[in-house]
Amino acid sequence: MNQSTKSALQISQLTKVYEDGFVALKGIDLNVAEGDFFALLGPNGAGKSTTIGIICSLVRKTEGLVTIFGYDIDADFSGAKQYVGVVPQEFNFNQFEKPIDILINQAGYFGIPAKIAAERAEKYLMQLGLWDRAHVPSRTLSGGMKRRLMIARALMHEPKLLVLDEPTAGVDIELRRSMWEFLQEINKQGTTIILTTHYLEEAESLCRNVAIIDHGQIVQNTSIRELISQLNKETFILDTREQLSSCPEVEGYPLKQVDTNTLEVEVEKTQSINELFAALTSQGLHVVSMRNKTNRLEELFFDLVAKNLQEKGNG
Amino acid sequence: MDNHQKWIAFTTIVRREIHRFMRIWPQTLVPPVITIVLYFVIFGRLIGGRIGEMSGLPYIQFVAPGLIMMSVITNSYSNVVSSFYGSKFQRNIEELLVSPTPNWIILLGYVVGGMSRGLGVGALVTILSLYFADFSLHSLPITIGIVLMTSLMFSLAGLINAVFANSFDDISIIPTFVLTPLIYLGGVFYSIELLGEFWGSVSLINPILYMVNAFRYGMVGITDINIAWSFGMVGLFSALLFFVALNLLEKGSRLRS
Repeated sequence: MNQSTKSALQISQLTKVYEDGFVALKGIDLNVAEGDFFALLGPNGAGKSTTIGIICSLVRKTEGLVTIFGYDIDADFSGAKQYVGVVPQEFNFNQFEKPIDILINQAGYFGIPAKIAAERAEKYLMQLGLWDRAHVPSRTLSGGMKRRLMIARALMHEPKLLVLDEPTAGVDIELRRSMWEFLQEINKQGTTIILTTHYLEEAESLCRNVAIIDHGQIVQNTSIRELISQLNKETFILDTREQLSSCPEVEGYPLKQVDTNTLEVEVEKTQSINELFAALTSQGLHVVSMRNKTNRLEELFFDLVAKNLQEKGNG
Repeated sequence: MDNHQKWIAFTTIVRREIHRFMRIWPQTLVPPVITIVLYFVIFGRLIGGRIGEMSGLPYIQFVAPGLIMMSVITNSYSNVVSSFYGSKFQRNIEELLVSPTPNWIILLGYVVGGMSRGLGVGALVTILSLYFADFSLHSLPITIGIVLMTSLMFSLAGLINAVFANSFDDISIIPTFVLTPLIYLGGVFYSIELLGEFWGSVSLINPILYMVNAFRYGMVGITDINIAWSFGMVGLFSALLFFVALNLLEKGSRLRS
């Protein structure tokens, strides 16, 4: 093992071709620093789950190099696995077993003695609000509880790298917020976290760095802050006090009427929103509230994916 | 993983497997016991008395070792095939695949789990058989040795079946169309002397014949075939199946994409 590295995960020229010939990954490179909170974003079928599958050994890579805390998975997968905890997208536990048994067994597969396993199971079930359901068959848990059970299971061997594939899919807003707080807390304690998500607000709120993957290629790999700074324009929804008889016109600001009290406008980064407000006020219209039409990251994401698609078309 | 950690992983799998079949005991333990009791009643008491002797033994004494072996074979096989395929179906096999547990430990864990059920049911049936027939154990080492090896062999076969299975239908095809005919034609109910020279020779390609005869020899001291051959055949098949099963797990066939 190379002790000098500070990477939790290093991926180099990773390629995956499935048996049916589908090329899921086309030689991607990725580096996730130790302690990072990293988002892997991409549309369905982009290669996110394949990448995660390779990291946790459920998918066999075709070519390329993957190292986890310096352990090359080709040379010592057993060593590498000690460092990785994985929360998959689909429920993959025995629905007839009790949560407490699922956790203690998982610890056993990592060679953790029963006494320590029982202590950890109690700790994580408590922290994730599942302790009162510890001894019921897991099939009776709600969807949100099942997701939290999978997070607890992934933490039983106290991995240094936690990989979560759509961890809050189908989870209500309140529960999602509490899961975010929990993940932020374990990240603060030193666990490196990689997550894929469809909720881009989640990536923007939680993650420091991001890679956007599309059609098996990394199209962007940077910090969230840097990515947001690339945003050239934003779409705002404006609510007016006065009813609109027709769509007002302001030079340089393409306004669209949504309904009798709502306007939509695209504002370039170089433009001033105050200028727009002043122009509307001069036409007898007062804006009482304003919000982003979409999440900022979402706009960027669509731009990048569309750009990638266009380049492919041209190529 | 060091050896202590491997031992913990192994005992975890075995404990979980035993817990699984004990939790669903009305499905796993009761039916085979009822089936075998019915065999004893019908072939031992009702029909057996009219058949008379087989190879110099009262028919019930002749048939009892084969019935015990039948329960060991079917339960060892069905425990592993249903548990491993169930883990594939619910995808909780991934819990093991993402862990550092070596494949040979996974294999041994499932196999010992299957053997626990096979031998457990075998013990229950043996106790019940004492009610129907009198035994004086001829050779304990041969009896224990052959029953352990048979249980091992069919647990391994069950795992291979589960790896290849794509549906619940696939895990019942082999027991129904291969295992049951081999058991019924494996000398459980008759001596191959009754078959004549040609069909007697054909029967020798059935591996279950060797197991049933060795077990019968261990219990009552009679056999149609050489005991050393029996151990050799079962040992050879077990070794072969072990390497096939391990190879499938190492390759991740139908487990990893």
